[in-house]
Amino acid sequence: MSDVAIRVDGLSKRFSIHTKHESYQTLRDTLTNAAMQPLRALKSRGAENGNNGGDSESIWALKDVSFEVKPGEVVGLIGRNGAGKSTLLKILARVTEPTEGFAKIVGRIGSLLEVGVGFHFELSGRENIFLNGAILGMKRADIKRRFDEIVSFAEIDKFIDTPVKHYSSGMYLRLAFAVAAHLEPEILLVDEVLAVGDAAFQKKCIGKMEEVAGEGRTVLFVSHNMAAVQALCTRGIFLYNGTVFTDSTAGASISAYLRTLEQSVIQDLLTRTDRRGRGEIRLAGIEISTGAKDHAQTLATGRPAVFAFQLTGMRPRTSCIFTIYDDFGQPLATFNSAVRGPDDSHDSSLDNALICQLDELPLVPGRYRVNVAVSADGELQDHLEGAAFFEVEQGAIRGRPVIRGKGYGRICLQHHWQSPIS
Amino acid sequence: MATRSASNDLKSKNDPQVVFIKPSKSWVSLNLRSLWEYRELLYFLTWRDIKVRYKQTVLGAAWAILQPLTTMLIFSLFFGRLVKVPSDGIPYPLFAFAALVPWTFFANGLNQSSNSLVSSANLLKKVYFPRLTIPVATVLAGVVDFVLAFVVLLALMAFYRVVPTINIVWTPLLLALAFVTSLGVGLWMSALNVKYRDVRYIVPFLVQIWLFATPVAYPSSLLSEPWRTVYGLNPMVGVVEGFRWALLGANTAPGLMVLASAFASLLILVTGAYYFRHMEKTFADVV
Repeated sequence: MSDVAIRVDGLSKRFSIHTKHESYQTLRDTLTNAAMQPLRALKSRGAENGNNGGDSESIWALKDVSFEVKPGEVVGLIGRNGAGKSTLLKILARVTEPTEGFAKIVGRIGSLLEVGVGFHFELSGRENIFLNGAILGMKRADIKRRFDEIVSFAEIDKFIDTPVKHYSSGMYLRLAFAVAAHLEPEILLVDEVLAVGDAAFQKKCIGKMEEVAGEGRTVLFVSHNMAAVQALCTRGIFLYNGTVFTDSTAGASISAYLRTLEQSVIQDLLTRTDRRGRGEIRLAGIEISTGAKDHAQTLATGRPAVFAFQLTGMRPRTSCIFTIYDDFGQPLATFNSAVRGPDDSHDSSLDNALICQLDELPLVPGRYRVNVAVSADGELQDHLEGAAFFEVEQGAIRGRPVIRGKGYGRICLQHHWQSPIS
Repeated sequence: MATRSASNDLKSKNDPQVVFIKPSKSWVSLNLRSLWEYRELLYFLTWRDIKVRYKQTVLGAAWAILQPLTTMLIFSLFFGRLVKVPSDGIPYPLFAFAALVPWTFFANGLNQSSNSLVSSANLLKKVYFPRLTIPVATVLAGVVDFVLAFVVLLALMAFYRVVPTINIVWTPLLLALAFVTSLGVGLWMSALNVKYRDVRYIVPFLVQIWLFATPVAYPSSLLSEPWRTVYGLNPMVGVVEGFRWALLGANTAPGLMVLASAFASLLILVTGAYYFRHMEKTFADVV
């Protein structure tokens, strides 16, 4: 047997901008496009000067990626949105073709780009197990053999003949993951499946992944969850703008990834290209302060904090969602301007900005990252990972000093004690 | 479990499966072998289509019969009674129904396979398997509808006391011809539909025109040779007249016509399959 499980050599993938933004065309579009071409060229000169490819009509999602994975290695693929992680996985899973280069995979491949692919709501759990298993490449005999195991792993024994449309979302996910978990491939490609489901489900998934990794199978694992990558992977490959930036231990790649996230904040947010969404409204800048007149004052536990988001092309019903992450990539809290509260207010002097105010910042001292999504009328307009970083210094909540205890949580809550002696 | 996975490993060590991934050339082979390897998936997709079709509708299997039956009644009323279209000496309702049964199979297969890729977008984006299985399964699932309607056709024949001729043995081949035609056009349309979404609107229109270009409501005997054989280049002409000949003993002697139809439908299937395979690599990026 060969000592290489996956060999990737100069793999590149080019997308035309057209297919990336609005995937399919209509015959009408094809015809009108020809007529509109001169106009579009004028427009795009203003808007899209920050592209990484020389050719303005296409982007290299992957550019000259090479690496080798030995049998039994568990490799984490990390990087920002648009860095090419998912594209790489899709090429290896043979869902899409590379534009250049080649890859060689030795062994049975199981790809898990999403759980529950091909599930049909009208069919029962039993029927979906067979259907999904077949779609994932299992033989009918194998599915039959492992059927009971799958059902008991999913904990849905009683509902096995109920149509899936009556399942709770938890049951649905458990069933979907159970089928995938029993694939028994030699090489497993996994994309962010842990991002869905509740904590118990995620724990179960991680447990199963650890088991798979422990059995000496080769795993290629894409995730934004740095804690999971740290825990599961022996090696980390950090992709940056479609190329391999770091290929080292999981820990080294994670810290390289986090460092580049920080560097990118310094640049003007509008020049960043690793964004998603329609782009009619874009995030131009973030200012994080204590809201005091004195700008020198830094953020600290228990002090006020003000997050101001500058947008371009803002229009009515624009909303902003941002999430604060710790330095392991664990989400800590999400703030959504579309969900209204009685204390929300309007200020017409705010031009193109949304401001979120916290009276007391409940974070322990440390470094934090902010991901931001901007939507209008339910459509995602812009999304940036690592849009901002901020440092929280030691402080106090209502006079009670808060110090950082490693591994004992990042959030501090206002509270008081009662005790029999003073 | 431990022993089992050990034996699996042993097997795979002797015969490691190696996959090479590289950009394909602009024209690729049909790769029918991989279609054969995934025959179980084809089976499950067909089975899913059949199950879901009958589960989601109130009338379920009755649709398979109602659709050609109502068309037959309307045709009988307007073309049979009012316009008095000739029907080769066969009672008009039977004449129309014998054509509508294979026609409905063809039309539904074409309609559904054209949309099959777009409605399986999620599958295309997430899992690898030979993409041809999707439209093939869709058309195959229609065979169940066909069989149900065929039983009704036999009952109608009994009602009119028409005894099937020995040529009834040819019906499976004629069904295969309808299948090949439906799949061939379906492959073209489904692949085009991924790229150009207007195809969805073009297909029903195409089916409608095709219905009147096919001797369903009228006999092809209105034409004289050699035009009848030329007419056979519309593959559904051979299917429809073949059914009337095989079942009702209509004196159409469709030999040459069926040959022309078989030629045309195979041409559509082969070109359709190549076009499909050519477009296949872009499906996941575009759909």
